[in-house]
Amino acid sequence: MKKVIKVIIALIILAIIVFGYLIYKNDKAIPAADAKHAVNPNPVSRYAIDKPKSNGEYIARAADCIACHTAKDGFPFAGGLALNSPFGAIYSTNITPDKATGIGNYSLEDFSNAVRKGVRKDGEALYPAMPYTAYRNMTDADIKALYDFFMNDVKPVHSPNQRNGVGFPFNQRWGLSLWQMVGLSSQKPADLGDKELNRGAYLAETLAHCGTCHTPRNLFFAEKGLDSSSADFISGAPLGDWYAPNVRKVAGQWTQQELAEYLATGRNDHTSAVADMSDAVNHSLQYLSDEDMTAMTKYLKYIADKNVPALDPAKTQATATLLTNAKDLSEGAQLYANNCMGCHFAAGQGAAKVFPKLDGNELVNAKNPYGLLHVILHGARLPSTIKAPAALAMPGFAGELSDEEAAALATFVRSSWNNNAPAATAADAAKARK
Amino acid sequence: MSMREAKKVDVLLVGLGWTNSVVGMEIADSGLDILALERGPDRDTVPDFKAPQMLDELKYALRHELAQWPSIMTLTHRYKPGQKALPYRTIGSFIPANGVGGAGVHWNGNAWRAQPEEMKLRSYAEGKFGKAVFSEDITTQDYPMTYAELEPYFDYYERIMGIAGKAGNLNGKIVEGGNPFEGPRSKEYPTKAMQTLYNSETFGHAAKELGYHPFTMPSANMTESYTNPYGMQLGPCNYCGFCERFGCYNYSKASPQTCVLGALKQKPNFHYKANSEVLKIVLADDGKTVTGATVFDEQTQETYFQPADLVVLGTFALNNVHMMLYSGIGKPYDPQTGEGVVGKNYAYQIVGGAQLFFKDKNFNRFVGAGSASIAIDDFGTNNMDFGKLGFVGGAYIQSWNTNGQPIRNLPLPPGTPKWGKGWKEATGEWYNHSMSIAYHGSNQSYRDVYCDLDPVYKDRHGRPLMRLTYEFKPNDMKMAMHYQDAIDGIVKVLNPDHVGRGYKNMNTVYDLRAYQSTHNTGGTIIGDKPTNSVVNKYGQVWGVHNLFICGASLFPQNIQYNPTGMAVALALHTAAAIRDQYLKAPRELV
Repeated sequence: MKKVIKVIIALIILAIIVFGYLIYKNDKAIPAADAKHAVNPNPVSRYAIDKPKSNGEYIARAADCIACHTAKDGFPFAGGLALNSPFGAIYSTNITPDKATGIGNYSLEDFSNAVRKGVRKDGEALYPAMPYTAYRNMTDADIKALYDFFMNDVKPVHSPNQRNGVGFPFNQRWGLSLWQMVGLSSQKPADLGDKELNRGAYLAETLAHCGTCHTPRNLFFAEKGLDSSSADFISGAPLGDWYAPNVRKVAGQWTQQELAEYLATGRNDHTSAVADMSDAVNHSLQYLSDEDMTAMTKYLKYIADKNVPALDPAKTQATATLLTNAKDLSEGAQLYANNCMGCHFAAGQGAAKVFPKLDGNELVNAKNPYGLLHVILHGARLPSTIKAPAALAMPGFAGELSDEEAAALATFVRSSWNNNAPAATAADAAKARK
Repeated sequence: MSMREAKKVDVLLVGLGWTNSVVGMEIADSGLDILALERGPDRDTVPDFKAPQMLDELKYALRHELAQWPSIMTLTHRYKPGQKALPYRTIGSFIPANGVGGAGVHWNGNAWRAQPEEMKLRSYAEGKFGKAVFSEDITTQDYPMTYAELEPYFDYYERIMGIAGKAGNLNGKIVEGGNPFEGPRSKEYPTKAMQTLYNSETFGHAAKELGYHPFTMPSANMTESYTNPYGMQLGPCNYCGFCERFGCYNYSKASPQTCVLGALKQKPNFHYKANSEVLKIVLADDGKTVTGATVFDEQTQETYFQPADLVVLGTFALNNVHMMLYSGIGKPYDPQTGEGVVGKNYAYQIVGGAQLFFKDKNFNRFVGAGSASIAIDDFGTNNMDFGKLGFVGGAYIQSWNTNGQPIRNLPLPPGTPKWGKGWKEATGEWYNHSMSIAYHGSNQSYRDVYCDLDPVYKDRHGRPLMRLTYEFKPNDMKMAMHYQDAIDGIVKVLNPDHVGRGYKNMNTVYDLRAYQSTHNTGGTIIGDKPTNSVVNKYGQVWGVHNLFICGASLFPQNIQYNPTGMAVALALHTAAAIRDQYLKAPRELV
């Protein structure tokens, strides 16, 4: 019976989504905000690094609350960051203990309902931009510690929340409540038969909410799997115009140590973090204790794809030879030789921890070339972390490469060595340039 | 008019190049409030050294974008006392830097240690060859510490910079393939030696044939991925040939940016301000301590006072001396009486060499790196019979290929027309067919070679410029001629089609216009007593205990090697003394 209800609800939601999308498509000019978040005259320096001072703060870091709940020019946890969903901009809210504009009036239960059930103090449902589908498994003890941290250690900031840029019908909160019936499962702590693995699962599935970006979503925009029992869980997903890689495949290619290095420093012998992952390392993952990092990476190895094919050295060599001989090179190959080869080299292997390997790289091979083009045109900078303070950066080449050239270069990179991804177009590059 | 007083800091670092970067890092864990003031702009690999913009020979190598332009600061020069000095109006003989990272941004990365004998040069030479080995006008003196005392700091600097090389003397044991004449090192180099280029291999074969001991030059150009003790990272060099006068776009050359600053900027108690020029270090009324410094803010054009409990002067060697002279700290050196110490024992580097042209050898000169070199130390200071040769000094001999840049680096056989059709044809014919062999030699200190304040010329702030009195001396030119013979002997074995000679001889006059090296040393020298030096063995100014000096201005005379390694090892020695001794009880450490 429960199943039938679920199907009916699903159909209703589907109808709303289709209807809504048609409206949304025709009417994107919805006023975004009616209030501006408070501006911080001294935004946190990109080099500021401090260790968590309490258990609650540790959990806040592990759950990466600050990433979404702080605007670029805002105060910590005072909200105001626009999260661009396919349905319009959703602004993160003020979760400082300010009574007027923040969560100062929240009881522990109110707080728990918001974090674990996606329900506001006033009973309205929260957009699943708040990853309560992951946080639902947060333990009572951690919720309490987190609540104490926000109430006692976070400075209250008067900063009104902004109206979301989400149009009808997605602005109908009752629709969200229906959605929660499909998207949100009940609490189900991991039981993988090993204390350390369970801890790792708790960190990855719940606190670090890896699935929010890395798990593909279904028709109802709900994650296809919320834990390791689902093959879809963290198996790679589009993320706006970027692509959040298939973690299980990567975990099959890397050692546990390499996974830990990547998560703590944003870099390892294979690649470097970019975009949102770089922020996750910067604000959250680098602060995991050594024990937790071991547990989390043990879990990632546990759920890794076991049969990831190794790269073919002959294919690597073929491109290396082509570039080294430098005869009759295509435009893309020439651009690679002139702009990229100094660091990434002819074999596309880069150099451990400094220059990412392009051969077999997840970002390079993403279905959508946007991420690669974005890095080519705008560059990327690693965060300065405790264990790796060098904020290594790749410069952007927007000033040197036309859209056509950037596309030719990206196409070359995506089809050389062991890479085998569709060509990029000048239109893709034009989009990434913006 | 009273000056605005900024908030007091515990430690003021004047200049943010190699030396003060490592000093800042080494004392940061004290928790003290540390402020670094850098005259020039802030610079970082990205965006400031980005390729292809950085690969602009005209902008960076000829117009000296990263350098201290004479309009910002310069000095005057004369050959001997009594002459009128004239300003250094165009960058020529040496290239002081401007901006965060200092000359550590634009160096080639030749990364040497001094020899044990060089650190005790006067007693070594006199002990072995008799007092008469030094002519009366030579004021060369010993360092107040031994090589063995400094060895841990040499080792540490190599680890901070990830120096690429092959040990020749590991704890006294001579190792095949390294430099057998180097001082004993406690550890192998942190990264493997540079790849050798065809020109240096050609040189190496000839040197071996003559019974010499060729080895790969120790290098701050990276050969592999490297993470240093501060967690900072370097990546392998691609031999693009844009090291000296350029910032490395590739994270492949050790610099304050690549090796220190990312880690230092993380320290919550460390801050720095670019475009902030310290004009004067202010002595307290009692003359026994300093109270801070007056600072010119380039952006606001304001001059203000920055109070500090401890000041570390770590600007370029020449500017360190100027700062001390202008601030009136320490007694200025008087060449007539030999008394006074500030400005004493300025020294430089004696360099020269030959260009060899081979019709049938292709050197691929566009493949290069600042330290892509094979060298021999068979003619080094500790391997020379000063008594027999009639001079004191030494040099290493090398063949390197730093770059094949087209404007500055088109060597042509002697007699080629300087312009027109003949020049064009010769350029096409010879561009890829030449290699160099050069010597890089020591320079002794002399009674009448020194720095003082110029009586005529002033800088943009109205401060007198520093006046440099410098000329090549017979001892060093005798040495130069010895290396001419040594190189000619190697050239003979190689038998090139043409040879261009750029040697010095007894008639050579110092030419301020032509680039020679940015190895200006001395002027605030290190020593064992206040009467012969400005600072004690810890770099602490005699009589002014809260002022320390770092840099090559501490060298009592110049060693035969490039000075960066020695300067940074001394700075690390000073930093350890500040951290472990001075901060616990501020006082004179000697």
